Amino acid sequence: MTALLQVNNLSKTYRITKSWFNRTLVPALEPVSFTLDAQKTLAIVGEAGSGKSTLAKLLVGAEKPTTGAIKLNAQLLQDGNFKQRCQHIRMIFQDSGTTLNPSLTIQQLLDEPLYLNTQLNEAQRTDLIIATLKKVGLLAEHMNFYPHMFSGGQKQRISLARAIILEPQVIILDEALAALDPSLRSQMINLLLDLQQQMGLGFILISHNLGIVRHFSDDIMVLCKGQVVEMGNTTAVLRNPKHKYTKKLIMSQRFQLSKK
Amino acid sequence: MNLLDIRNLSIRLLTTTSSILAVDRVSLTMKEGEVRGLVGESGSGKSLLAQAIMGVLDDKWKVDADRFHWRGQDLMRLSLEERKAIITKDVAIIFQEPMACLDPTTTIGAQLEEAVSGEQLTGFFWQRKQQRKLAAINLLHKVGIKNHEKCVHSYPHQLTEALCQRVMIAMALARKPLLLIADEPTAAMESTNQDQIFRLLASLNQLKNMSILLISHDLENVTHWTKNITVMYSGQFVEAGTTEQIFHTPFHPYTRALVDSSPMANMQIPAKSRLMTLPGSIPILQHLPIGCRLGPRCPKAQKACVQAPKVKNYHGHQVSCHYSLKDSYK
Repeated sequence: MTALLQVNNLSKTYRITKSWFNRTLVPALEPVSFTLDAQKTLAIVGEAGSGKSTLAKLLVGAEKPTTGAIKLNAQLLQDGNFKQRCQHIRMIFQDSGTTLNPSLTIQQLLDEPLYLNTQLNEAQRTDLIIATLKKVGLLAEHMNFYPHMFSGGQKQRISLARAIILEPQVIILDEALAALDPSLRSQMINLLLDLQQQMGLGFILISHNLGIVRHFSDDIMVLCKGQVVEMGNTTAVLRNPKHKYTKKLIMSQRFQLSKK
Repeated sequence: MNLLDIRNLSIRLLTTTSSILAVDRVSLTMKEGEVRGLVGESGSGKSLLAQAIMGVLDDKWKVDADRFHWRGQDLMRLSLEERKAIITKDVAIIFQEPMACLDPTTTIGAQLEEAVSGEQLTGFFWQRKQQRKLAAINLLHKVGIKNHEKCVHSYPHQLTEALCQRVMIAMALARKPLLLIADEPTAAMESTNQDQIFRLLASLNQLKNMSILLISHDLENVTHWTKNITVMYSGQFVEAGTTEQIFHTPFHPYTRALVDSSPMANMQIPAKSRLMTLPGSIPILQHLPIGCRLGPRCPKAQKACVQAPKVKNYHGHQVSCHYSLKDSYK
């Protein structure tokens, strides 16, 4: 069986041109390789500037990689072919309030990806929107609401609905849980886990809360200054961190204290 | 003696047609040298409470309290000026998003010098400028910035978030406050930076015996650093006690749910299993439930919950619930 997502030697180097002859290369991400199976979650942890957001951007195709290839179901994803990519790899951002267009209703918001990517007619699209809203725990009436009428947790659910409406295979959660209140965050975690079971989604979770990472993910990748310093099964890595940097991360969050 | 003693503080938002009770009879006491956590989700009124203590709420808000004492002095009876004189001298506050709070058009050094009060300076007027500069540099050293030369001349955008927060703390320390209110000082910060800031606050507490009111929306973040915790929900007092009491034997169903829903606190449950949650979402200010505001979401709610419960005290562990979980721990 081939893996759902296969990434080989993916890297990104930014070139800053100050003048004609003065060019500096800034490596944002050293070559990374990993695989992700369906129904599995890969967590990416690291500090600011460690390249985790760059990796997310490369995966969704917002940036062109310098080297490397991304294969989805053994099929190569080409740069710039968004039609192919955006159906299968979707992303949820940290601040859901600012990623929703305030001048569109939820129906219009969710209709856009369907209109652009599918052959469905209007009635079918509306049915699908209602079904998706129900899936994320909202009501059909919410279709005619505007984003400002929702609370933070509900907005995050709408972002999730927008992500799953095209039935993707991989969802990237870029700090999607960080800004939520604790009681809503655990609701969201439960919802994401349920959807993963139902739809066979693969998640890539970018987070710095190791508690969530421990609970949510199967594998973990620790990035430091664009380099992978540690990768493996989450419990194994968190129990016996090998690298100094991983130990520092774990220490900084007081993992031991939380034992009851 | 209690540093700060607040009993039944209510804050109302006055609108043209009606008034909304945003904070409903909250009590808070702080002893000297104490680190107290104030935990509540968004909309729980914790920032309002901090602003009410500072006295910076504008005319739209009306503050009432049965008791509002600062070191034995009743603040509610004082005039605005007298109150301001006391508060600015003894209480300091730092906010979240330090970058947004600092003036982007002025250097750090100039902003720090502004914070140093004239009363601290001794000497003739021609010496004052130099003294001010030295005081600013001293403050930077106090918060652990060794490279003051560079820091003084830079603008806020040139520093990292954690450094900016240190500068904010330095400004707060300028008048040697007795109480520092830290309103989510580490929100949106990396965990290693969070740790630095918390450690700095803890060392200030120990070295200078400064009391700290640590406001946070996340229970799991503050438990390591606080001795006592007060929990609020939607403007109501929920529970107060020592950190162990709150974390290990929470009496209120809401605190119980907070502890149970935190993945950090539940390391023993298998990965990917369902977390305990409260149904529904936080009520908005315009549609607050009557009685106990947790009522509609509470797993233990019964008929009596339409009346707001009275605060009960069990050996310093205060809880405001009709059906507290006290007996379930035996």
